[in-house]
Amino acid sequence: MPTAMKQPEEIAAYLNDHIDEGVLGFVPAEVGQPWISVAPDTVKKIAKFLRDDQELRFNTLMCLSGVHYPAEQELGVTYHLHSTTLGHTVALKARVPIDNPRVQSVESIWKTADWHEREAWDMLGIVFDGHPNMARILCPDDWIGHPLRKDYVQQETYMGVTTRF
Amino acid sequence: MGLLDKKYHDSNIIIVSLDSALNWARKSSLWYEQFGLACCAIEMMATAASHYDFDRFGIIPRSSPRQADVMIVAGTVTMKMASRIERLYEQMSEPRYVISMGSCSNSGGPYWEHGYHVLKGVDKVIPVDVYVPGCPPRPEALLEGFLTLQKKIEGESLVEKKPSEKITEDADRHETT
Repeated sequence: MPTAMKQPEEIAAYLNDHIDEGVLGFVPAEVGQPWISVAPDTVKKIAKFLRDDQELRFNTLMCLSGVHYPAEQELGVTYHLHSTTLGHTVALKARVPIDNPRVQSVESIWKTADWHEREAWDMLGIVFDGHPNMARILCPDDWIGHPLRKDYVQQETYMGVTTRF
Repeated sequence: MGLLDKKYHDSNIIIVSLDSALNWARKSSLWYEQFGLACCAIEMMATAASHYDFDRFGIIPRSSPRQADVMIVAGTVTMKMASRIERLYEQMSEPRYVISMGSCSNSGGPYWEHGYHVLKGVDKVIPVDVYVPGCPPRPEALLEGFLTLQKKIEGESLVEKKPSEKITEDADRHETT
């Protein structure tokens, strides 16, 4: 019954064999962890496969991060997955244009994603389609802008109090 | 205060001015509103724990602003929290005091330039009586802050009106005459 632990390139090849569309390629990183590039509108299907397939069994979403790529005018979401039963780890990345930053939510696959996706929305303005409660999590609800964008300019006042020194 | 010289031993009487008796009582039972917001709260807890022992000064933590005399703002005040602090301060009964503990609540601390979400000093929303510097301040520093507040209370008068109240009273009198 137990299957073997896989390396990231094996996981990428396995995904290519079993998923028709959405797996854009395997990127061997120069430094650090390699990743699998995926299309933002197929994330949910791929995530479900990664979790439920008996060869992969990614039962844990370790981290979901948002990234701003100012040069490409893009936003990105990075998923770090881990299988506690098989012991292997993989990173997925999805990129979206900044003027239409919509990614499928994986909240229904891993509950961890709930707050992580809210944080990515709050800090970077990435919209997760299918999320049950796409509200800010750190900043107040009436905050203006998404602070972790590289071109963010903070508002001068909040509720009549200056944000400056 | 005539407490120790036994002068009035037999008749069981102490002669003392009303203000100093009241102030002695007030400064010796400073119940504080616990307002731990960040790492300063750890030092505040350490000050309250057995090694430094706030209790020996009559300083006791309260969980409700309605029972507290002094609020220790211990930590980073975010813009989101600022309105809550204001609300809690308004719920405290007078006379009330505020100790701003640590660089963050004094001036924004390490966030003073790039912390878009941090209030640059809690004195922007509520009046502060004592500022305790440090990042975070050691328990000794917080104790020093309380001793400073005690000195301030000693110099106050509940019987005589405060200078600010006198001014407004004078202004009222001018308007009526």
